[in-house]
Amino acid sequence: MAGRNWKSVNIHWFKYSSPQTFFPLATKLTPWFGGAAALLCAIGLYISFFVAPTDAQQGEAYRIIFIHVPAAWMSMFIYVVMAFWAGAGLVFNTRLSGMWASALAPSGALMTFIALWTGALWGRPTWGTWWVWDARLTSELILLFLYFGFMALQAAIDDPRRADKAGAVLALTGVVNIPIIYFSVQWWNTLHQGSSVSMKSAPTMAATMFAGMIVMALGFWMYSFAAALLRVRSIIIERERRSDWVAQYMRTLQ
Amino acid sequence: MNWASWNDFLAMGGYSLYVWGSYGVTFGLMAAEIALLILRKRKTLEYLGRIRGSANQVAQ
Repeated sequence: MAGRNWKSVNIHWFKYSSPQTFFPLATKLTPWFGGAAALLCAIGLYISFFVAPTDAQQGEAYRIIFIHVPAAWMSMFIYVVMAFWAGAGLVFNTRLSGMWASALAPSGALMTFIALWTGALWGRPTWGTWWVWDARLTSELILLFLYFGFMALQAAIDDPRRADKAGAVLALTGVVNIPIIYFSVQWWNTLHQGSSVSMKSAPTMAATMFAGMIVMALGFWMYSFAAALLRVRSIIIERERRSDWVAQYMRTLQ
Repeated sequence: MNWASWNDFLAMGGYSLYVWGSYGVTFGLMAAEIALLILRKRKTLEYLGRIRGSANQVAQ
């Protein structure tokens, strides 16, 4: 065996699962996601206003779609991710999972609010009403309440670990709302239109409009990720403030 | 090009309230979120710097 090194490659699967190791990674990643968000949103906005044509039925009002649909998609996606990590924290008792779930909640709530707000502004000129209690709008509003409830519950509990666990139970209970929102336009008779975009067939909208929507969706995704990374760094410092590595990190800032 | 003039662009075919109300609030809230997050980080570090002041020397 002399002269030969049989040391195997050790893949540290859980290397970044501690707040201390994840923090520098989050610091490095944030500007990349922020830059990607800015670039994608710039391209998306250009497509939205200067490439996509005027709609035959709705005129220029339809351009709200380039914000409304990406925000709605992100509102649902972020909730599922948040519930996943909250659940992982509950099962594996990991601090960082809970921190990440807490970091995602305000970002998801913002996307939900934007979806509801832009939906109302789009509904007024096209449907003639700001709001209607149909299945999709109602379940999206409930999603907003779930995000707020998660954040309020965590804020109300002093011990962060207990707050993580309680929030996780709430987040997991609320996950059922996501397929309800998604399938609401199929299961019930709704004012909100059915899906023009599905995984099974080609989109039933103009290619340029679809492209604008997808680019903006990616931009919103990058933005949400960047904001959540920025937030989780604050959460990590706040919750790990008594540890040596935070003290060392603060010394490096001076 | 969709717009004959800058005024046409701002008017959005008569839907300016709805379209700019949507885009404006969206990007305004996003900018506010980032600003608040930067402020939060700064406040946390200032606060910890103050209370740890002498503890930093002791730790070394």
